[in-house]
Amino acid sequence: MSSRGHANRDVMDAGKSIEFHNVGFRLPDGKTLLADLNLEIGRGETLVLLGRSGSGKTTTMKLINRLLDPTGGEVRVEGRSTFEWDPIRLRRRVGYVIQEVGLFPHLTVEENIGVVPRLEGWDGERIKARARELLSMLGLEPDRFRARYPRELSGGQRQRVGVARALAADPPVILLDEPFGALDPITRREIQYEFKDLQARLKKTMVFVTHDVREAFVLGTRIGLVKDGRMIFLGPPELLLESNDPEARAFARCFHEARSPENAA
Amino acid sequence: MTFIEFLLRNHEEILGLVAEHLFLVAVSTGMAVLIGVPLGILLTRKPALGKPVLGFANIMQTVPSLALFGFLIPLNLYLFELKILGGIGPRTAIVALVLYSLLPIIRNTFTGINGVDPAIREAGRGMGMTDRQLLFQVELPLALGVIIAGVRVATVICVGTATIAAAIDAGGLGRYIFRGLRANDNVLILAGAVPAALIALTADLLLGALERIIRFGGGVKAKTKRLLWSGAAVILFCVGAPYFFMGETSGRIAVGSKDFTEQVILGEILAQTIEARMGSRVVRRFDLGGNLAHEALVAGEIDVYVEYSGTGLLAILKHKPLKDAREVYRRVKDEYARRFNLEWTEPLGFNNTFAILVRGEDARKLGLKTVSDAAKVSRQWRAGFGQDFMSRADGYPGFAQTYGFHFQEIREMDLSLTYRALAEKQVDLIAGNSTDGLISRYGLYQLADDRHFFPPYDAVPVVRQSMLEKNPTLRQALKQLGGILSVDEMRELNYAVDGEKRQARLVARAFLVKKNILAGAIPTN
Repeated sequence: MSSRGHANRDVMDAGKSIEFHNVGFRLPDGKTLLADLNLEIGRGETLVLLGRSGSGKTTTMKLINRLLDPTGGEVRVEGRSTFEWDPIRLRRRVGYVIQEVGLFPHLTVEENIGVVPRLEGWDGERIKARARELLSMLGLEPDRFRARYPRELSGGQRQRVGVARALAADPPVILLDEPFGALDPITRREIQYEFKDLQARLKKTMVFVTHDVREAFVLGTRIGLVKDGRMIFLGPPELLLESNDPEARAFARCFHEARSPENAA
Repeated sequence: MTFIEFLLRNHEEILGLVAEHLFLVAVSTGMAVLIGVPLGILLTRKPALGKPVLGFANIMQTVPSLALFGFLIPLNLYLFELKILGGIGPRTAIVALVLYSLLPIIRNTFTGINGVDPAIREAGRGMGMTDRQLLFQVELPLALGVIIAGVRVATVICVGTATIAAAIDAGGLGRYIFRGLRANDNVLILAGAVPAALIALTADLLLGALERIIRFGGGVKAKTKRLLWSGAAVILFCVGAPYFFMGETSGRIAVGSKDFTEQVILGEILAQTIEARMGSRVVRRFDLGGNLAHEALVAGEIDVYVEYSGTGLLAILKHKPLKDAREVYRRVKDEYARRFNLEWTEPLGFNNTFAILVRGEDARKLGLKTVSDAAKVSRQWRAGFGQDFMSRADGYPGFAQTYGFHFQEIREMDLSLTYRALAEKQVDLIAGNSTDGLISRYGLYQLADDRHFFPPYDAVPVVRQSMLEKNPTLRQALKQLGGILSVDEMRELNYAVDGEKRQARLVARAFLVKKNILAGAIPTN
């Protein structure tokens, strides 16, 4: 395999799941949201895209499931350029979790989880069984929750259902866009650790967008730090703390302050 | 007769009108949904269409119903053997009602779908939904509450506007309302308006409940939903299918009439004479509003109705007024034949024009015969005129000039009140309608229009030439009616219906029996 792309290829697994080759994204009005991005994400790896609001991390993620098309370079998923993928097929191979609003308010928990399997033509019994399995896996009692509507759930429960929905058709890749952003700090912490366990069991390729540096450290095998449309750091969390880049040091400071006792009050 | 008495005595007819009304509203709203919802969806996909489509729907709401009917009746559009547009009857009424109810449905579908949270839409797209799946599984279910709210508005509008269907023989509660307005009969107006209001309220309540279930319940099970939808579709189909098969007169002669008492009586006289002569029942399509009877005749929807020569000359052919009755008759007969293939047959004998009236006693006492006679003695008189007479070209200004009238006072009031004002000596001269039944009731005297100021409005059956050629007996039947009605007789017939509340059908029958056109006993009410 030729070694094109960026220097940081700290890959856990042998295969490459997602690759960015010189990817740029510009709006029709000429504004550049993303420039010259090179990146490889290995199978089973969790890459956390970290950055301030508007830095370009969500744009990066939407290029993977073709909600956006790159205006320069190419994105490859499972070895194929996204331009060659039928967007519908691609999206069904890529689970997608966004903030809690992403659940369909007119569908029950079970129906929400079953959306992609139903689109894929699974039969009803199989969808039901899958929903039960996922609800148990995420710590929600199936018989209590499957017939509820999203508005009858707490924030944390909704987020768990969102994750279950993304996992339903067993996609090899899962994208998560600030999924825990709207939760209270305690629930958020609980669900982060549950999610880390889940990730260890499932071994999916995950791309996780957040601006919470602590979350990035808990979940990421690697962190990509994005600023003004450029990836200014890519590497394992502990290396972020040692980086000399001013943005990286700003985030590192946040991390330290969050851990130091004088800020706990 | 009190309102309650009327309801008790006529409950069967009222239920029939309510059923007709419901039919019109259900089919119209159903079709407006079938057209409006897809259009609204299209607008969310092609926003450039938004302005022209919503603009069109907006304009449709402002078009007066009679103008819209006048445009729709001559259309005559066929899909294979099935007539789908044009003519009089429920078909055209439904088309008009659909056009009137489109706007709220299109607008609410459009705003309902656009109001779906963009994050939810993106979640759907991100999960690999095609545009169609996104529409049917996410956008439409979430917009349904707003869409139903639009349907609710459209339905209530439709219940109200469906009353206009009466103007083109499409039935419904409008029949009572318009009949009541014409006869100045509050009981009749209420008998139409109250059930219509109840229908509107009920529809509003039911659809409001449905809207709340869909918006806030969310808990309607998918199966129940599907059942509801298919149920609604089946009902709509069952109700809507007859739409395509109705109003066909299948070779029978159709008699029309305009929408006032005299016309309905004349319609009955034509219909019963033709039935007696030809031995087959004719189709009655009465109460056509405005000039729609003419439109319907030209479109072949009716075969004959009674027109007034002055109306034909001024309102239909748009000519300047002419004084000479023979000349007017000749002109309309010629031009109708050339332009419309319609024939003016024998005049019925009376002229329904402005009648300058004085009290009978004054006429006798002062020896008044003509309007000129009255002009000489009228310096101390007060006159009572309707608004119409005061304002129109062939009304007061020309009239006063022609005869040299100078009244002491002119009182402008509703036409129907002038007769009584004259009888009670509040005024001394009025301009009424020459065939109004109140003239003989109050013993008023019509002065001769000796200077021929008023254009003639001779009543004449107008008939389609093709029908006359096909049915020689029809010509004979109409010939029989030539000169049969004097203006006094017409007054009596009008009074029998308006004043004595007898049925037009029976009044016409009694008259024809008396004239030996129909055999049999004179019916009584």
